Amino acid sequence: MLLFIAKRLVQIIPVIFGVTLVVFLIMQMVPGDPAAILAGEGASQETIEQYREDLGLNRPVAEQYMSYVSNVFQGDLGNSLKNKQPVLDEILLRLPITMELAFYSILITIVLGLAAGIISAVKPYSIRDVSVMVVALLGISLPSFWLGLLLMYLFSVKLQWLPVAGWDGPLNIILPALTLGVGGAAIVARMTRSSMLDVIGQDYIRTARAKGLKEHFVIYKHALRNALIPVITVVGLQFGSLLGGTVLVESVFAINGLGRMIVDAIRTRDLPMVQGGVLVASLVFVFVNLLVDVLYRAVNKRIDLN
Amino acid sequence: MASKVTTAQTMELAKARQNTRRERWHSFRSVMTQNKAAMAGAIIIGIYLLMMLVAPIVAPYDPYDISLEDKLTPPSMEHWMGTDDKGRDILSRILYGSRLSIGVGFASVLFGAFFGITLGLVAGYYGKWIDTIISRLLDVMLAFPGILLALAIISALGPGLINVTIAVGVFSIPLFARIVRGSTMEVKKLEYIDAIRTLGANDFTIIFKHIFPNVLSPIIVQGSMRLATAILSAAGLSFLGLGAQPPSPEWGAMLSSGRDFLFSAPYMALFPGLMISILVLGFNLFGDGLRDALDPKLKK
Repeated sequence: MLLFIAKRLVQIIPVIFGVTLVVFLIMQMVPGDPAAILAGEGASQETIEQYREDLGLNRPVAEQYMSYVSNVFQGDLGNSLKNKQPVLDEILLRLPITMELAFYSILITIVLGLAAGIISAVKPYSIRDVSVMVVALLGISLPSFWLGLLLMYLFSVKLQWLPVAGWDGPLNIILPALTLGVGGAAIVARMTRSSMLDVIGQDYIRTARAKGLKEHFVIYKHALRNALIPVITVVGLQFGSLLGGTVLVESVFAINGLGRMIVDAIRTRDLPMVQGGVLVASLVFVFVNLLVDVLYRAVNKRIDLN
Repeated sequence: MASKVTTAQTMELAKARQNTRRERWHSFRSVMTQNKAAMAGAIIIGIYLLMMLVAPIVAPYDPYDISLEDKLTPPSMEHWMGTDDKGRDILSRILYGSRLSIGVGFASVLFGAFFGITLGLVAGYYGKWIDTIISRLLDVMLAFPGILLALAIISALGPGLINVTIAVGVFSIPLFARIVRGSTMEVKKLEYIDAIRTLGANDFTIIFKHIFPNVLSPIIVQGSMRLATAILSAAGLSFLGLGAQPPSPEWGAMLSSGRDFLFSAPYMALFPGLMISILVLGFNLFGDGLRDALDPKLKK
């Protein structure tokens, strides 16, 4: 197992370099003079030249990339153009909020998705199954930013049960986490259902039933365990779109997380902030994928991922 | 072995393939028409496409016409979906906006499909180091979670609907490329490709004339599913103020301005969101049906 983890760690090194390269290259695409942009509006020619010199912008692109990567690995993501503070400090302030939101959302995705999938699979093609799957399809189709507004209107404006926006207490978490988790839950539900139906059709389930085991024992002890294996992969993939989705949901609910930071930075053309935010979010995703692979391997020892 | 294949044999092979293709089309059509959900999806998509076409004829008002004395009127006989904060008729804006929201979705998927398919065909056909380089590039593109790659691209290109189209399109490239690469690797091993090569066809002809048509079905399924996601992503980016700019009637942008009036005029946010949801539902239903019809592995 340790060997497997070590191998996967080695494998993600080129991906990490690739991600830094893409982020670096995208910023090279910015039209205009990067030194002038970084120096801020109304900067004198002298200041712009100073910036160009300090940031090494007159060096060859390859050299610039090397120094960018070496800075990144030393935790230096540059300074914000807006408040001149280190980008990393701002990210470290915002990341925990986004991770907390992502954690509760993925919890909703898993719990709601698994429950709905099992309910559907136990009695396939029944009214219950069909209605759960229709709801799941709706869940996939609703834009999160709209669902967020609907939930806000219902629970905060009309019923006044929950706060409208912000991130001050546990009650603030419910609506954003639900908004973000529902889409993933719908996908997990569909996957769980089809995976469970596959497993329930297998011989060993028939054997378990023939032995006279109680139905719930067959479902939970024998079927679910094996049906979970493909579901883990889907949950892992969902984490990616969930992390991307925080951008929208944080904007809807005015949560000062990493996603909102990136959007605000795009609006104010604070390029180092965008660069840093996108880089950190992608690295988090790369490591979560690694974690999912390890978990997958732990649950399913038959598969040799090496 | 391949050099023994004669022209007559190749013709026969090609004919046989054409026949199987025709059979497959018949079976595809019957599966699709029997699948009620897929038909419902097709009807929804059809209605939206029609709406795009007839928007100028059926829209009761000018979508940009500001009339401050009519602002924030709830839905009525005069304004079926009410009016927005500038007194513009929401129904007319939604009808015109369909051209933008659906257009951006289609354009970005076409953009992603074009580059993705080309990369996938080249990687799958040539293999070796070309495949390694392309595949690693795709891995990196997939390492960006959700719409973050699109956000990074917009931060460089600047906000606007065209840039959103490019950004969302780039985000689709690896998904198309991966699928096409896999199918190409399977198809290139088939006998008839050997036969065509022996007859002196060059790589370009083999790839685009003989392999491409045979990897189309997974592309179509992926395309239909991607349209749903692309429309959602583009609307989301406009919602964040990074795509269509006011006074554009793009649905995401309309939803964004509706957010400020959630307390006083919830219908401003209700209708654009509903339009996006139903359209995406249509593509999802249709895509599910397509997958069942075109993917032989799923047939039980």
